[in-house]
Amino acid sequence: MLRLLSLALFFGIWSIGSSLAGAQMLPSPGAVLTSIFTEAQSGTLFVALGATLVRVVLSFSLAMVAGTALGLLMGRVKWADAVGDPWLVVVLNLPALVIIVLAYVWGGLTEAAAIAAVAINKLPNTIVTVREGARSLDPTLDEMARVFAMPRGVVFRDVILPQLNPYLAAAARSGLSLVWKIVLVAELLGRPNGVGFEIGTAFQLFDVARILAYALVFVAVMLLIETALVQPLERRASRWRVRVA
Amino acid sequence: MLEVRIRRKAYVSASGARLEVLSDIAFTLADGDVAAFVGPSGCGKTTMLRILAGLDHGFEGTINGAAPGRIGMVFQEPRLLPWRTAEANVRLAAPGASENKLTELFSILELAPHRSHYPGELSLGLARRVALARAFAVDPALLILDEPFVSLDQALAARLRAELATLVDRRRVTTILVTHDVEDAVWLADRVFLLAGHPARISAELTVPGRRGERTAAEIAATRQKIAALAAPCAATAP
Repeated sequence: MLRLLSLALFFGIWSIGSSLAGAQMLPSPGAVLTSIFTEAQSGTLFVALGATLVRVVLSFSLAMVAGTALGLLMGRVKWADAVGDPWLVVVLNLPALVIIVLAYVWGGLTEAAAIAAVAINKLPNTIVTVREGARSLDPTLDEMARVFAMPRGVVFRDVILPQLNPYLAAAARSGLSLVWKIVLVAELLGRPNGVGFEIGTAFQLFDVARILAYALVFVAVMLLIETALVQPLERRASRWRVRVA
Repeated sequence: MLEVRIRRKAYVSASGARLEVLSDIAFTLADGDVAAFVGPSGCGKTTMLRILAGLDHGFEGTINGAAPGRIGMVFQEPRLLPWRTAEANVRLAAPGASENKLTELFSILELAPHRSHYPGELSLGLARRVALARAFAVDPALLILDEPFVSLDQALAARLRAELATLVDRRRVTTILVTHDVEDAVWLADRVFLLAGHPARISAELTVPGRRGERTAAEIAATRQKIAALAAPCAATAP
């Protein structure tokens, strides 16, 4: 209830701001809604959304899988941590824009370069989080698995992964929002389609309503993914925890 | 047959000092023997078990007959996977166990109503039983128990002892039980080894008369006295 009120307040302030600043600088919610409809009717909205979503999913998955593997390695093996840590600090502090520009320079204005650039941006963050998780793995469960000679696959799936779960969830949460923001920059700089490209065009035409339209729709899509996919998965993973009734 | 010769086991402490924990622990067990190692805490008992279980290879000596994969172990804490049900915990350790066998185990240990419970929903006593079920489910050639009944109340410990006796006899499994509680030894063991000294060595050995499970109160009392007479403090000289 309070959430809805807060949301209503947001739209109220927006309307007032729009009438104060003028429709050119800040279009009213209604104007943005109209813009969403026209974009949807012409189909460009869905094409752009689809292209961006595919990039988000691919680069996010790439960063999560590679980051989990590297994070586990660095958290479990001392020398791997010593070797990898300086690299990690470098990539962690490299601005997203630099990585994207370099990827386009070296890889050309290609889909692969764009996805790789976004994945590399997200990678260090996943590594750091998963490494923290790998360091806190329970050695007593490890011993138990060794005594009972559990196969590697079982150890990974039933002993290690559940312990990493909160860390993976944290990495996924922060990762999803980070990735889609960076994907938009990559699209703006070197892709012929996607939400980032559309916003770039709208910027050149000073069409603020269209910029807001794309931003809002994409935020809505990401919210949907969060509530329909991430949260249920999290609940499933933590169903063994004793609930306080 | 299990043949254990641990000549020496030492730790290097954080300050760099060498600390000898075990020295000249040698014994041989026939198949189906139940041996209890009794000694006060801090005596190196758990260290010995970790060596037998293959978790610690940094010692001088040899272990014969403890094949990996055929070891069932009950740790001091239950060490169950909290994110798997009681039944899944047992099955993961013993993928080859048949449905019948699991059902039998769960019913002997009175766990049948708790098969689908998560460890967090179980009391310590129940979690200990799941750990016992897991150790038996692998059909072990060697069963290793580290203070399996510590911090349980007397009545429950006695009941679990009886359940353990049933299982050990049914399967004729070579069992090594480490405990500081003489009761565990007098009720369950065929042979009792007393650990003492620093580094720890076997200070005395005795055979417990009477069949497990059919021991009379008088026999139990006699064994108890014998152990008390032989027992010597072990951590007295600890730094």
